Amino acid sequence: MHTFLSRFLIVLGLALPLAPALANEGGYPWDRFPANKMTDVASLQNGARIFTNYCLGCHSASYMRFNRLHDIDLTDDQIKKNLLFATDKVGETMRSTIDPRQAKDWFGAAPPDLSVIARSRAEVGKGSGADYLYTLWRTFYRDDARPTGWNNLAFPDIAMPHALWQLQGERRAKFVDVKNPHEEGKTEHRFAGFEQITRGTLTDQQYDEAVGDLVAYLQWMGEPAQGTRVRVGVGVLIFLGLLVVITWRLSSAYWRSVH
Amino acid sequence: MAEYQTAPPGAGSGRRLLTWIDNRFPLSKLFNEHMAQYYAPKNFNVWYVFGSLALLVLVNQLLTGIFLTMHYKPDAAKAFESVEYIMRDVPWGWLVRYMHSTGASAFFIVVYLHMWRGLIYGSYRKPRELVWLFGCAIFLCLMAEAFMGYLLPWGQMSYWGAQVIVNLFSAVPFIGPDLSLLIRGDYVVGDATLNRFFSFHVIAVPLVLLGLVVAHVIALHEVGSNNPDGVEIKEKKDAQGNPLDGIPFHPYYTVHDIYGVSVFLFIFSAILFFAPEGGGYFLEFNNFIEANPLKTPAHIAPVWYFTPFYSMLRATTDLMVNALCVIVAAAAVAAILRGGFRAGGKVAIALVALVAVYLLKTFDAKFWGVVIMGGAVLILFFLPWLDDSPVKSIRYRPSWHRIVYGLFLIFFLALGYLGSQPPSPAGNYISQLGTLVYFGFFLLMPWWSRMGVFKPVPDRVTFNAH
Repeated sequence: MHTFLSRFLIVLGLALPLAPALANEGGYPWDRFPANKMTDVASLQNGARIFTNYCLGCHSASYMRFNRLHDIDLTDDQIKKNLLFATDKVGETMRSTIDPRQAKDWFGAAPPDLSVIARSRAEVGKGSGADYLYTLWRTFYRDDARPTGWNNLAFPDIAMPHALWQLQGERRAKFVDVKNPHEEGKTEHRFAGFEQITRGTLTDQQYDEAVGDLVAYLQWMGEPAQGTRVRVGVGVLIFLGLLVVITWRLSSAYWRSVH
Repeated sequence: MAEYQTAPPGAGSGRRLLTWIDNRFPLSKLFNEHMAQYYAPKNFNVWYVFGSLALLVLVNQLLTGIFLTMHYKPDAAKAFESVEYIMRDVPWGWLVRYMHSTGASAFFIVVYLHMWRGLIYGSYRKPRELVWLFGCAIFLCLMAEAFMGYLLPWGQMSYWGAQVIVNLFSAVPFIGPDLSLLIRGDYVVGDATLNRFFSFHVIAVPLVLLGLVVAHVIALHEVGSNNPDGVEIKEKKDAQGNPLDGIPFHPYYTVHDIYGVSVFLFIFSAILFFAPEGGGYFLEFNNFIEANPLKTPAHIAPVWYFTPFYSMLRATTDLMVNALCVIVAAAAVAAILRGGFRAGGKVAIALVALVAVYLLKTFDAKFWGVVIMGGAVLILFFLPWLDDSPVKSIRYRPSWHRIVYGLFLIFFLALGYLGSQPPSPAGNYISQLGTLVYFGFFLLMPWWSRMGVFKPVPDRVTFNAH
């Protein structure tokens, strides 16, 4: 019987989907979102503050209720005083007051709902949705060729202007033409660093921290139950681990008499 | 009809109740026939746990499905939102939803392993053909169930996956466009499609599925289980008429399966609680974007359990159709020269081959892709009559048969992997080769399954006491 478990695991392992290919899908490579922020309540709260102040004007999170922020230790009072701008009921969902038609006229695209944005932007082999958003917020640059005056490395020709520009300041992106190593006679337009034009209210390090908090919040908002899920999961696995041992012994006890 | 029984004097209330029931309903009889006196071979190995597990996952899908239906709205304007409502506002809704979505993938993992077990130990051979046929029908139902269920969250992949698959039906000659219109209920996938898929997913297909599962188990218990040795245990019986190598299903296999269930639940829960998206394979990332009929995703891939068949569809290009023409012609020439047919038979074969080539070249490759994809599932139904080997189990087949099975498995997995990837020239060639290997495995089985030196099959099962 003792080999039953190991064989079972091998058999199941065979059936699990093949490991995703690590091929880079192309485009600007993503930075790694500092995942430790997910367990830092102060970060999540700060992220909620940045989200309601800077994002909610144009983007809704229409599946997310304000009072769900209880899960990151905010009280109704704190929510009412600091985070409610368009409504006065904490039970309401986070809806932007922007008119989607006007938004489409202004930006060329209606701002997407952000409730599950972090879950939707992951790519197999490239990174999580949080990685993408973290990269997006750190790669805005001034581009006079764009209608908004802004462009982005992670999302080229993005319709959204840099909403956090007052925090980060304005930057220009430098590009160099380098020889393509794979094709003779062809050159590649390659990114070669940013150049600060005007300073923002935050230092580079403070800005990265703030963006990290915002992305942590977006990641949390994509699945507010994720903390509960992991906590319950640990308990369930401990229980099932014990059950495996007990049922294994039970099965062995019965099978001992079979010859 | 059973005789009226009375409980012995002084019997407890439980015994009296059971006697009362047994006089009106065959409760003890059913329990004995299917559990306590159902003799199963004692040499089952780990492969034999997946039948019970499939039943467990089926129950999981039914129960969680009932609760999801209480909160889900089959309405194109509300469906996506209602799933997020379940994930956020319904108490423990996230758990029920993840149990259902992870359960769907688990169902296919378990069923694929269950089918592989049947394949390698010859569990489909006489007298178990009907067990196998019911099983294949269950697999077909399961695919329909999963396909229609996947539309319900109304994400981008739900929408465009359904669009692609329903469009396939329009490739059927003559009736295709009307057929796909009938399935969709509209000219594009829309609210009407969502409503009918919901109806099929929550009641029509599950009803058929349950009926087939009952038939599958009844047929199995009529003929008795096969085992890794492929030895018929009913041929050697003791004085009481019970198989010498059999043991009562209850308690031996009930405790054994409860152990298997615990291990399965441990792995299932590990995925459910710590990686419910399954790395983007169980819940595709794009499906967290609401369906948008105006925005086609750059890369549409079905969920992993359909990808082997999807690969075969994509592999059927004009080149592949030409290759099939050559294969049909070569098979006809071989049959005419070496088949030993009389003149009339030879003419008939030549005519059939000509008609086949003519049809292959007349209809679009897309249509043949649909035929190949459907045929890949339907060919499973014919397995009991394709396998002509003198032994059932792979254990007593010639050693090189293992390589044949291994190649079949490797190509099937490769097809599955390639189906999840964007098309590429190299991938396409491998898919075409894989498709030929898949069909070759089955269609050439009447020949290769007889070839080689078979090992002697023992009279009794091989069993090492624990």
